Amino acid sequence: MNFWLPFEWIAAVRFLREGRMQTLFIISGIAIGVGVIVFMSALLTGLEANFIKRVLTSQAQIELIPPDQIARPLRNGPGVFENAIVQRPSQRVISIDQWPKIRDRMFATPGVTGVSPTMAGSALAVRGAASRSISLSGIEPGTYFKIIRIPDYIVAGQARLTNDDIIIGIELAKDLGATVGDKLNIQAASGTVMALTVTGLIDLGSKGANQRTTYVALRTAQSLLGIVGGVTTIEMTVQNIYDAETLAEQIQASNYVEADSWIATNAQFFTAVRAQETSNTMIRLFVALSVAFGIAAVLVVSVIQRSKDIGILRSMGASRGQVLRIFLLQGGLLGFAGALVGSALGMVGLVYWHSAIRQADGTELFPLILEPALFVITIILATFTGLLAATAPAVRAARLNPVEAIRG
Amino acid sequence: MADEVLRLEKVRKAYNIGMPSHTEVLHGIDLKLERGQFLALTGPSGSGKSTLLNIIGLLDQPTSGRLFIKGQDTSALGDAAITLLRGHTIGFVFQDHHLISAFTALENVMMPLLVDRGFPNAQIESRANDLMAQVGLENVAGNRATNMSGGQQQRVAIARSLAMNPDLVLADEPTGNLDTKSADSVFELMREVNRESGTSFLMVTHNLDLAKRCDRIIEVVDGKIAS
Repeated sequence: MNFWLPFEWIAAVRFLREGRMQTLFIISGIAIGVGVIVFMSALLTGLEANFIKRVLTSQAQIELIPPDQIARPLRNGPGVFENAIVQRPSQRVISIDQWPKIRDRMFATPGVTGVSPTMAGSALAVRGAASRSISLSGIEPGTYFKIIRIPDYIVAGQARLTNDDIIIGIELAKDLGATVGDKLNIQAASGTVMALTVTGLIDLGSKGANQRTTYVALRTAQSLLGIVGGVTTIEMTVQNIYDAETLAEQIQASNYVEADSWIATNAQFFTAVRAQETSNTMIRLFVALSVAFGIAAVLVVSVIQRSKDIGILRSMGASRGQVLRIFLLQGGLLGFAGALVGSALGMVGLVYWHSAIRQADGTELFPLILEPALFVITIILATFTGLLAATAPAVRAARLNPVEAIRG
Repeated sequence: MADEVLRLEKVRKAYNIGMPSHTEVLHGIDLKLERGQFLALTGPSGSGKSTLLNIIGLLDQPTSGRLFIKGQDTSALGDAAITLLRGHTIGFVFQDHHLISAFTALENVMMPLLVDRGFPNAQIESRANDLMAQVGLENVAGNRATNMSGGQQQRVAIARSLAMNPDLVLADEPTGNLDTKSADSVFELMREVNRESGTSFLMVTHNLDLAKRCDRIIEVVDGKIAS
């Protein structure tokens, strides 16, 4: 007998140990439930983290673009409209008004970690008889690479952009039969043509993007698209990615620009994440409920089986409180032990899944995120669930009439 | 008066009060037990012996009448006080010994002290060892309760009932399930404890031979004391 354990703990542990099969089965049940919760939570956290990482390293978190160009109705004196029906004008590629000022202001905004002006438009890439339409991004490599990690996507050549260089997607290179060092003719809608040297090939992980994406120096894009000195977009990164939308709204309110956060432009992704979180919560709740009912059922049976022991303990002077605690502790201990085994099960399952299930290119499907907090919280919650589930049986045990209990 | 351990005054016990199935089991029992007395409680089955024993043991409450333990009126006490009084003054020996199978014989003997103190300690263990020696079972102290003969289990139950050094031990047919030899030895053990420590005993028994060896025989018939 352990001298450092109080009476209630000793009795609770002994009762659980004596009902070996019952204890083993219920701990297995709890362990499976907890294992599922740990596995699912960690998997979803990993998938979400992976998705966010992908989204945020291939696009800016806030994009500033010129506001929509709108046509005003023609008026003839105050309140008199010549033509009330106004057709939406086509949106020309125009520069953000006063962009250097806005850029500097953005740099000074708290919470903003990176600002980079870009010039985007469409053009035609021609090599010999092959031509492909491309989306042309003129960037300042120094600031832009901090926002979108182009060097990470380079599969051939290097991420170098002087005025005569171009970085293109691998599918586009394939279509044009071009490789690093080759020259491409880039023709803008205005008719301007420039011959640029391919310095790097990038793989963005999407065939569509790899067919269209090209990067050139900002000045090159400005010349090609005929907007000298202008930029069409100011791309930004922020400290807390979840603050992006609020920050975007503030920027839009105080500047003559339209500010889109990654949250607004990836609304579907957010809906998916929220749906996943909701279903995860529901599954967790129902698993926890079934675990709780399992513990309660086992303890109800245990109270019936132990009624004589309870009666004897009461005849020896054990108080109702002591009896109550013995059964509460059994619930807590079952929850705790089940959670320990379950956490280990969930972790083993996760490690196995992580190594066994890979993407087509062999890279991991999701990062293995094993946060100690997840295990600690799970174990605390499972123990608490056990205590809660044991309440009804424990109260029943405490209320047993000793005479009837001894009689059995 | 100073030596009075137990006194019952007009104790009645009825079940299903106010219902058609109303039954009165005890009809006004008066009983007094003094320190060091060894009483036998006899009577036919269904006469109310066990009900009386449960009331005396503070496991059940009388419908009317008063019960005094060491001069203290128990009728006004709440559940917590009753439990405390029971644990400190009364020991129980049941017909089926009722040892807790999850514990060893020694741990069963330690149990009343453990319940009272909250934590085990060397003193409690040593007291339990002494009691095991007193009932002649020091060699099987580490055995599980279920891994002993009926006589041995009953001896352990007696040792357990003495753990708190009670003023009164209530024994409900302690020899009922034992063979003649074991019954005799268990009875002798109780008698010896009674003589040596002055603990009062109240023993329900159907065995008239054993009853005759007690200080007094009280016969309960139809819920009344017949003699």
